Amino acid sequence: MTARPSPDEGLSPADLATKYGLTVSGARPGLFEYVSQLWGRRHFILAFSQAKLTAQYSQAKLGQLWQVATPLLNAAVYYLIFGLILHASRGMSMDVYIPFLVTGVFVFTFTQSSVMAGVRAISGNLGLVRALHFPRASLPISFALQQLQQLLFSMIVLFIVAIGFGSYPGMSWLLIIPVLALQFLFNTGLALIMARMGSKTPDLAQLMPFVMRTWMYASGVMFSIPIMLADKPAWVADLLQWNPAAIYMDLMRFALIDGYDSGNLPPHVWAVAAGWSVLVAVGGFVYFWKAEERYGRG
Amino acid sequence: MADEDILGKNAGKGHIPTVIADGLHIVYRVNGAKTGKGSATAALSRIVKRGSDDAARGVRKVHAVKGVTFTAYRGEAIGLIGSNGSGKSTLLRAIAGLLPAEKGKVFTDGQPSLLGVNAALMNDLTGERNVILGGLAMGMSREQIRERYQEIVDFSGINEKGDFITLPMRTYSSGMAARLRFSIAAAKDHDVLMIDEALATGDRKFQKRSEARIRELRKEAGTVFLVSHNNKSIRDTCDRVLWLERGELRMDGPTAEVLKEYEKFTGK
Repeated sequence: MTARPSPDEGLSPADLATKYGLTVSGARPGLFEYVSQLWGRRHFILAFSQAKLTAQYSQAKLGQLWQVATPLLNAAVYYLIFGLILHASRGMSMDVYIPFLVTGVFVFTFTQSSVMAGVRAISGNLGLVRALHFPRASLPISFALQQLQQLLFSMIVLFIVAIGFGSYPGMSWLLIIPVLALQFLFNTGLALIMARMGSKTPDLAQLMPFVMRTWMYASGVMFSIPIMLADKPAWVADLLQWNPAAIYMDLMRFALIDGYDSGNLPPHVWAVAAGWSVLVAVGGFVYFWKAEERYGRG
Repeated sequence: MADEDILGKNAGKGHIPTVIADGLHIVYRVNGAKTGKGSATAALSRIVKRGSDDAARGVRKVHAVKGVTFTAYRGEAIGLIGSNGSGKSTLLRAIAGLLPAEKGKVFTDGQPSLLGVNAALMNDLTGERNVILGGLAMGMSREQIRERYQEIVDFSGINEKGDFITLPMRTYSSGMAARLRFSIAAAKDHDVLMIDEALATGDRKFQKRSEARIRELRKEAGTVFLVSHNNKSIRDTCDRVLWLERGELRMDGPTAEVLKEYEKFTGK
């Protein structure tokens, strides 16, 4: 202590802090306070996601063209393997199958990359977390936002493929907007959950690719679940169809593809889609906020 | 309020506490550093031993700050000295609330901030976009950044040799990049400001300019913490010094006194 004589002499540090209205540094704010802090950082969240997106291809000669070329090549590879070699199109004409497959791949990739980015959102940016103040949820949300922007580029490819195979823009294409909004909410929640788990256990970055691949094959990305599982007990197909990834894929296909009618959708599909996104988004946000003050520890 | 007259008497310079550290302990946990063996079998045995305590599982604890207690007052400029690895930077981060305390507490008035923005910048982006990104990361609004943008670029002197601000930062020389980083970091006013080590990098001309800027920031800030290995800059700027050694507060007092002991200790 300094040698200054003071009437504060003899007060314990905690009492002194209370007396002058000092607050604990780095304490976790209340949930509503946290939401408003996050809203105050919305420009940072957006700028960070755009910066990440730009930086991704900045060293390539073709530059931002890869935003569109990468999903296009992805779709071509899947078509080659599942459409031409494995004939997974059972029960669908090629005109339906190709857009069906491409939609599935893009929509699932959106969730997959949000999860993978979420795992590394805190553990991969520890330097930033230990240097500057901002609500930590900015990072996973920003990464989910980056994936959304990436998907919007993929949508250009998707529209071209759909039109190329005879599905023309109509009123049902407007449904794409609510589907994307719901899936984005769902992905953000998932990214927040993965970010907290990944900050404690960085090993998840090694494990998650296998989990995600299993999820992909179980969600009917390259085949129609009811047709492929026709000879299995009904509950297996039901279970797979109710999983959020399958729900968002099916809704997107229904919106885009003329030959894919509502008979392919499970009942109450919109309610389930909304339920999943609200549940995971709110749950994930609260789960992430609960550890807010501890992310700096790594 | 019964405290009113006491508060009134102390409202003068130097008696309002802004930062209080109360028995602060900081512990880092490092994965897989126990045996130094990175082999798969070593990792496996760590997982098998899961039930036991941290040490047996190969998680090593580094006790970086051990029970530090002090009170800083408004208007003070406090130097932090000590040999490498004595816990100075860790203490700063804990004051800023960036590192959670293992035990004890830090109380602050408002939000202390570290001077430095390096971690938020991206080498693949242009200097221009990095100015905006760095400003937003420090919590400035878009308008504030727009107002200060030209000032930041001019201060960095990046454009003195041509239009470099529109090139990606990876194309800059290390000196140029350091200058831009400092200029962005120093653009914001802080209430409790913490400055870590040799921030004033670059050529002699830029060093002078950044030292002047730090002095300016210090005047605007309520309380300043400065970590430095340069005893001269501590003597020039600080009126109080905390000396940390092995995570413990070894001495706390007026600059001249503490520096004398410290110089004896380091054998200068």
